[in-house]
Amino acid sequence: MRICEGFANCVSAAPDLFDIDDDDRVIVLQADLDATERARVEEAIRSCPVAALTIADT
Amino acid sequence: MTGRVVIVGSGIGGVRTAQALRSLGYAGQLVLVGEETEPPYDRPPLSKDFLVGRRDADAVSLLSHQEAAEAGISLRLGVPAERIVPKEKSLVLGNGEVLPYDVCVVATGASARPSAWNKLDGVHVLRSMADGQALRERLRQWREVAVIGGGFIGSEVAATARSLGLGVTVIDPLPLPMQRSLGATVAELVADLHHRNGVTTRFGTGVESVDNRGMRLDLRLSDGATLTTDAVVLGIGAVPNDGWLTGSGLPVSNGLLCDEFCRVQGRDDIFGVGDVTRWYSPRYDGHVRVEHWTNAVEQARCVAHNIVFPDQLTAYEAIEYVWTDQYDWKIQVAGQPAHPRVESEAVVGDFAGPRPRGAVLYGDTTGALCGAVTVNWPRAITLCRQALSVRAPYQEALRAVTGPRR
Repeated sequence: MRICEGFANCVSAAPDLFDIDDDDRVIVLQADLDATERARVEEAIRSCPVAALTIADT
Repeated sequence: MTGRVVIVGSGIGGVRTAQALRSLGYAGQLVLVGEETEPPYDRPPLSKDFLVGRRDADAVSLLSHQEAAEAGISLRLGVPAERIVPKEKSLVLGNGEVLPYDVCVVATGASARPSAWNKLDGVHVLRSMADGQALRERLRQWREVAVIGGGFIGSEVAATARSLGLGVTVIDPLPLPMQRSLGATVAELVADLHHRNGVTTRFGTGVESVDNRGMRLDLRLSDGATLTTDAVVLGIGAVPNDGWLTGSGLPVSNGLLCDEFCRVQGRDDIFGVGDVTRWYSPRYDGHVRVEHWTNAVEQARCVAHNIVFPDQLTAYEAIEYVWTDQYDWKIQVAGQPAHPRVESEAVVGDFAGPRPRGAVLYGDTTGALCGAVTVNWPRAITLCRQALSVRAPYQEALRAVTGPRR
């Protein structure tokens, strides 16, 4: 199921990490993140009105 | 910093402030005070998916008891904050309990604007989960409803009620729905959208009186017409929940007055977040108050930063962003389409076909993009939000929106 509705709040919070493509779907520009980026990524994720993003710890 | 941060208000602004504080490494005590007994929940679905029955209370939760415990957030629910005593750095709760704080965040939100008709049987507002639950049940019993107010809430309730098969009349003294947010072009399209879906509109008409006649309500309108209906939903705006601050000595004027760092004017230990906050915006060179979900989220992030890093204060600058879902239209708005200094307007795309997808861009007298509204076109609103954040020229934004696919 597609959760992303294209609100683009993640793009607004972290434009270097997220974008919305022409199919109006979020794309992750950078998948491997530095641990120092974690706070910023968490904030971008929490700005999503439909909770479409999560961090996958590997 | 350590010590104790007390956040007053368990809506999106309060919850996101608490979460951001933890993300930024705040290790002290964190108390979230909420007047309602429910665990924190999200409001936007209340007028849409929740109201129609597609999502339940669990699905609109913002922070469960378990999530709060895991994040070290102590929830104090079901008790209002009664007053704040800045001199003593303490908060007094409705049950008499005194909560000392090192930093206090005021995130008490807004309430449905009071009116003379609120207390009548059959008259509803929609702000809280309890309001939403009551309305959700009643919408299955009524055959017709009058919606007073053609703003966001009124228009969304009208669309939802129509989708459930009710007869709907929307009444508003303004000529078009949501015009101050959408600008006239899209507001007119939205009025047509409601008409096509069978809503009766009485725009440009006020309501003089609402009377309960047993099982039905009688409305008298400003043009002399009368209307009889099963129920009324009031969507006439909201007022900031700042009454409890009266007498505290904090500056309150249609919201809690804050500086550009969202600190209450004259204090460095009390902050404002969300609908209740009127902060100094360098961008507009004036105090502004915004009632949008995204504003509360972005302001929460900024305030958490300013609490944790008081030596690196960041001014709060955000581009207004709000959305609404009505029928098969997802409408997204950025900036100020109805800004008084709008000089240019461009309509892009197709609003009339079976799969509407379009954008309207607005340029101001300086040649910069000042606002945009899109329908079913998230990519375009994303480009416009980015353009607004760097004050890009209107023409440049227009080229980006009309440019080749990528």
